Amino acid sequence: MSLHAQDDPALRAAQEERLRAVWKPPSGWFFRWTDVNNNRVGVWYTLTAFGFMLFAGVLALIMRAQLAVPSNDLVTASTFNQLFTLHGSMMMFLFAVPMFEAVSIILLPQLLGARDLPFPRLSAFGYWSFLIGGVFVSGSIFFDVAPDGGWFMYPPFTTRTDLSGLGADIWMLGLSFIEVSSVAAAVELIVGVLKCRPPGMRLNLMPLYAWYILVVAVMILFAFPPLIAGDVLFELERLLGWPFFDPAKGGDPLLWQHLFWIFGHPEVYIVFLPSIALFAMMIPTFARRHILGYPWIVLAAVGTAFLSFGLWVHHMFATGLPKISLAFFSAASEAVAIPTGVQIFVFIATLWAGRVVFSTPLLFALGAIAIFVIGGLTGVMVAIAPFDWQAHDTYFIVAHLHYVLIGGTLLPLFGGLYYYWPLITGKKLSDRLGRTAFWILFVGANLTFFPMHITGLLGMPRRVFTYPAELGVDGLNLLSTVGSYLFAAGVLVIVVDLALSPRRAKAPRNPWHAGTLEWLAHPDDEDWGIRSVPLIESRYPIWDQKDFVAKVDEGRFFLPDAEEGRRETIITTTIDARPAQVIRLGTPSVVPMITAVALGSVFILTTYHLYWLALAGGVVTLAAVLWWLWSTAEIPEKREKPIGHGIVLPLYRSGPAAPGWWAMFITMMADATAFSGLVFGYYFFWTVHPAFPPSGLGMNGPGAFWPMTAMGLTLASWAMTVAARELHARGQVSVARGLLGVGILVTLASLFAGLAGPWVTGLAPTLHVYPAIVWTLAIWTATHAGVGVICQSYTLARSIAGRMTPEYDADLRNITVYFHFLALTAIVTYATIGLFPLAS
Amino acid sequence: MSEDDTSGDDDRGLTERLRERRVTLWTLIVPPTVWAVHFLFCYLWVAVSCAKQGGFARFPIAFVAGTILALGIIVASGAIAFVQSRTPGDPPPHDESTGIDRTRFLATATLLLAGLSFVAVLFTAAPALMLTDCR
Repeated sequence: MSLHAQDDPALRAAQEERLRAVWKPPSGWFFRWTDVNNNRVGVWYTLTAFGFMLFAGVLALIMRAQLAVPSNDLVTASTFNQLFTLHGSMMMFLFAVPMFEAVSIILLPQLLGARDLPFPRLSAFGYWSFLIGGVFVSGSIFFDVAPDGGWFMYPPFTTRTDLSGLGADIWMLGLSFIEVSSVAAAVELIVGVLKCRPPGMRLNLMPLYAWYILVVAVMILFAFPPLIAGDVLFELERLLGWPFFDPAKGGDPLLWQHLFWIFGHPEVYIVFLPSIALFAMMIPTFARRHILGYPWIVLAAVGTAFLSFGLWVHHMFATGLPKISLAFFSAASEAVAIPTGVQIFVFIATLWAGRVVFSTPLLFALGAIAIFVIGGLTGVMVAIAPFDWQAHDTYFIVAHLHYVLIGGTLLPLFGGLYYYWPLITGKKLSDRLGRTAFWILFVGANLTFFPMHITGLLGMPRRVFTYPAELGVDGLNLLSTVGSYLFAAGVLVIVVDLALSPRRAKAPRNPWHAGTLEWLAHPDDEDWGIRSVPLIESRYPIWDQKDFVAKVDEGRFFLPDAEEGRRETIITTTIDARPAQVIRLGTPSVVPMITAVALGSVFILTTYHLYWLALAGGVVTLAAVLWWLWSTAEIPEKREKPIGHGIVLPLYRSGPAAPGWWAMFITMMADATAFSGLVFGYYFFWTVHPAFPPSGLGMNGPGAFWPMTAMGLTLASWAMTVAARELHARGQVSVARGLLGVGILVTLASLFAGLAGPWVTGLAPTLHVYPAIVWTLAIWTATHAGVGVICQSYTLARSIAGRMTPEYDADLRNITVYFHFLALTAIVTYATIGLFPLAS
Repeated sequence: MSEDDTSGDDDRGLTERLRERRVTLWTLIVPPTVWAVHFLFCYLWVAVSCAKQGGFARFPIAFVAGTILALGIIVASGAIAFVQSRTPGDPPPHDESTGIDRTRFLATATLLLAGLSFVAVLFTAAPALMLTDCR
């Protein structure tokens, strides 16, 4: 097909008809929910997160009503504990992080000129997991069993079952489930940014939003897994009595604080950076110029991401760690102000150098920056340990964190809502209502939170359900309460504005006259994402490339057709975005939903100690995942297809060129990070005990023999898998099958050998933390060996079923990545539990 | 990053050889990764020596050597990036879809990250100059 072929209107109409048929959404009262198109899933995701935000906001209003006057008895202390715990947990886990994922699922394909993200079904799975977990956690307050230990759930109050009820389990298991969906979204977004860019969009032309999303998704990979590791230890203590955080049995509550805040501090930047990323899209539009200092923004995003992992102990300044340790973290906390400041200056400079068109989204952006800067400055104050000792656990901190989160997350999102509403619905929101809402929110936020600085310095602690009049903070508290209701009124104005939207007329296309790719979206949008995938030559193609919009619309760029009736998008190379492959995307399916329900049942049933039913749920989950997988990596009906302009691309690739390989690699990075959290636990206990491992009945083990045997078996199985991959690629299919078959038995043997060490030496995990952590590491590794058995069996089955051949061998290459990580896990685990006791 | 020796048996200049080194997302994160490793090293050094030895000496060789090594790698990576960020060939403002502009961009970002990482390593090292015990 040549450029001129597209001159024929009949051809274009026929192409559009085919595309429309391929991308037709499912219909029917149930099946419409099996859609996987990012347009729809992203919108469901956004609305759900918005709903949770409103719910969590109402919880805050109840708290403020309780605190309006001294010695109030509107709610009991117990209810108040549930209110603040759920408010914080929901805003973080059910609003801020999912909202970033939701917005990215909508925007990213548009920004990258892709038809959809590489794994649409994974997005749908993430959404359903989020919905189920979110409803489970937030609904608990109606049964008076909501978690009540603060959003960071510090042990020992939360791990002792006589001091805390079901709420702690609901928090741990419900939110762990949501963490799984966050990691799934991170995999999707990283592969999306790295592999689904349009031809020509080299790294230096990538929209800044995509840079931020890439950075934040990588942060999720390294931040969430330590919390998952912490959750594992926490639930083992609550459900089985393994004393990780119980000092009476050698545990240490500080380990939880470390694991929580290794997650918790990067988390702040995980919710802040994507919101600031919205500014990076809006500000050039309204400054009517390219952004100034593009590499500086990349510096800011990458620099912040790294430094944010060196800040976690600043939440633990008051725990009695050596001052020198505190000083390291204090230094990093000061240093992170540099990249954060850089991006603010870049935005100011861009506005300064441009010809500013004033608008509602820009008003939100500027107001947000003002509020954020105040929160940032108090952040620099509390980063200094001696100041923090004075302010710790007072309302000063409440003021600081709300300035940061309202300025750094909430208001930017509202700005983004006004900016991107036309992209999603084709209609603009009301400028009058928007500006009214902004000013109410701006005044409300300052009125609520500014007095809290003083309240805190006067000595009012956080998380108290009431206070005596003698403290002299009643006036300030009343002011905060009035401010909070004012703020709520501002949110209400926005909700009204949204509710009026269906009655309004459609806006013109690209109503803000923006220059970036996402504004190709048409008010009467089709489901195919983009008519043809463009060749990108500029950061602002709509502004800079001649006849760009018309060429896209007329299908003059790449992949303008769906000849084979398949959903497709182009995969390009990571650095230079050279076309590399056409992939077939997942179509609407009930599988993601079933998998989410099944996995959700595992977590929810475990909460109620219904272990046999939970096990059944686990089996159903496994079956659903295998069913889902079976349809992936299908062998195409032909090797390659033309995408226009004389370019012909393969339809199947395996190894590092394929998105599936990357997804496996990235998932295993997250898995390895969680594992390193557990290993950190082992060595942490070593540092806090004079003698570790201790000696005594039930504590002598696991010896060196069984761990070394298990390590040897795992490495043998790894070698067989690698050999199978190599021989298979050389056409020796039956030898490869034989190696995989023997590999299954060897992996299985390694599983039992790994558990045999602690078993035969009689390590008693409820007795002391040493046997508990050894068992945990052994079980973790054995479980991974179990998954390895499934991987090998699955690949063998694919080969026998004719779904894998030497030419089309993605399955075998992907499980080899798994086995690299399994081998690494086994080496670290078995060296730690088997050899380290001999050395220490 | 061991490109500092100038043994001149190659007829191309040092600048040219530095410029031809590959620039990727992995080289971009070398400076901040060095910061992260240095940070972890300092934290573990203190945590282990305070918990297991009950104190640490004022200027242990390991700490000084580790800091100098970290700064050295960051400077080297920044220097390479500086050279690469001036790769000649394409006209300014260097925001086109060309190989040279892409290299210049990645190199500039690496250089900026090297600057930030250098400062951050100094920040992290500074407390050890002031604080000398495990209290």
